[in-house]
Amino acid sequence: MKRVFIGFLGVVAVIFIGFFVIAWRPSIAPAPLPAANSFSPVLVAKGAVLAGAGYCAVCHTASGGQPYAGGYALATPFGVIYSLNITPDPQTGIGNWSEAAFARAMHAGVARDGSYLFPAFPYDHFTKINDDDIQALYAYLMTLPPVNAPAKADTLPFPFNIRYLQAGWQLLFFHGGRYQPDTTKSAAWNRGAYLAESLSHCGGCHTPRNAFGAEEAGHEYAGALIDGWYAPPLTAANPAPVPWTRAELFTYLRTGASDVHGTAAGSMSPVVHTGLAKLPDADIQAIATYFSDIDGAATRAVNTGTALANAITASAQSGQPGADPDAHLYENACASCHYNSATPPPAVRPDLALNTALWLPDPTNFIRVVLNGISLQDGMQGVMMPGFANSMSDDQIARLAAYLRRTRTNLTPWPDLQAKVAAIRAQGPEASQ
Amino acid sequence: MTSFHLNGQAVSVDIPDDTPLLWVIRDDIGLTGTKFGCGIGMCGACTVHVDGRAQRSCITPVGAVEGAAITTIEGLSPNGQHPLQTAWVEAQAPQCGYCQSGQIMQAATLLLDFPSPSAEDITAVMHGNLCRCMAYIRIRKAILLAAPQLRGSEPT
Repeated sequence: MKRVFIGFLGVVAVIFIGFFVIAWRPSIAPAPLPAANSFSPVLVAKGAVLAGAGYCAVCHTASGGQPYAGGYALATPFGVIYSLNITPDPQTGIGNWSEAAFARAMHAGVARDGSYLFPAFPYDHFTKINDDDIQALYAYLMTLPPVNAPAKADTLPFPFNIRYLQAGWQLLFFHGGRYQPDTTKSAAWNRGAYLAESLSHCGGCHTPRNAFGAEEAGHEYAGALIDGWYAPPLTAANPAPVPWTRAELFTYLRTGASDVHGTAAGSMSPVVHTGLAKLPDADIQAIATYFSDIDGAATRAVNTGTALANAITASAQSGQPGADPDAHLYENACASCHYNSATPPPAVRPDLALNTALWLPDPTNFIRVVLNGISLQDGMQGVMMPGFANSMSDDQIARLAAYLRRTRTNLTPWPDLQAKVAAIRAQGPEASQ
Repeated sequence: MTSFHLNGQAVSVDIPDDTPLLWVIRDDIGLTGTKFGCGIGMCGACTVHVDGRAQRSCITPVGAVEGAAITTIEGLSPNGQHPLQTAWVEAQAPQCGYCQSGQIMQAATLLLDFPSPSAEDITAVMHGNLCRCMAYIRIRKAILLAAPQLRGSEPT
């Protein structure tokens, strides 16, 4: 018996040591900060565009903080993780990272000192970025003004705070390697797929995650609740009555709004207005090419005429007040801006029967926008919606949501609306903070 | 500090961001043509234009209009001769007049979006602008009088 026990201990020790050996990553020696003029201005400019397309500044800038100096709080199901300072400050940023160290962080999720990075940093996507683009990103970041901003302590409880255990996560869920073009597809499709899957990491929000926080294999772009918003499916399962064609996707990703789908709100707004805005039209067209293929727009577009006609018929109901008491809420508070009677509805009068939020399985987006509105800077530039948090009770917003779901879609009612409104109201306007 | 344009003039106000735009317009800037009705965006008396479109200023926080162009009833026309204003007089639309600045500002956006509005269009878009005097028939008449002038054509 004793021998069995010793044997068992031995096996455990071997596994433990084996894991340690496999998981160990060497530190890469600190390197002096390269002189700014050692990078060509063309390379730096390219890096600036790519950093935009990767939304680096969105997560690496705290609210009101210096750009790229980190400290942005990511509320994950495991605890709050604060982003790191990626300015070239040698003490608190990445000023002493060589290009090799930077490339390893991007491609393999390991910091210069050999410690594992948490996958809140989407290296599962960045691993697909090609070496030329990594070089340009490095050049851009290393020529930013350095900011001294020490890392904030994460609130991850034990054992999630043990970075070494990330090796196990990588073993289970991480598949490193550059983007591999699909030779059966066009150059534009491949360019779009490259941007979407690597740098712009669309799956980071639009793909559901498993219990370990990893994107679920086989459910790419299936839609997910994240950061207090529901990121809609980007596949053929997208429920919007008018399919996302290449032209619609281009308009939305370029301007922040599509007149037959709605407005970029929540974390999608900076994606469009501060991120993708840096990319040339050809790249936006490429992303649109990729997703309009994934969502099967070509075969679904035949129903567009019917969908538009149905939407306008539904919207025009409010020109003829009826007996429905819930309709009154809509007619008083919403119709002045949202009522339509002609096809296609003008972009400045977002038609709710066409709006993706009403067609999603989860009412979160609808409720959040009613409570907090849409700013002039979000979505369509120069058009705002005030929030109704101080005007409508939970019950009224729940009735409004139920009424619109009932009269504008042919889908099943949303359950537990009132509790949902109360919960989202309690979170306040900044869902993820 | 919030800066915006009000009726074409640059203004800056040092007021907490969550203060309703209506309060700033009336109490701090002193333009009282825009009225306080319900305070919860349900009656339309406080309607102004934000970047050219009707908004309820009582539920629009001043911080939300940073950089925007705000137009109140005082700025709709330099001499008070906007086609809606002349139509309002011609149709003798107001009774007590409290809701009319909001009605006119909302009607301006209505005619921008629906240059030849049907009765249903007017009902739906103006539904959120209440008139306690029940002058709705005359308000509708004034809107229909102004529409062809704003289209630049004769009545149809």
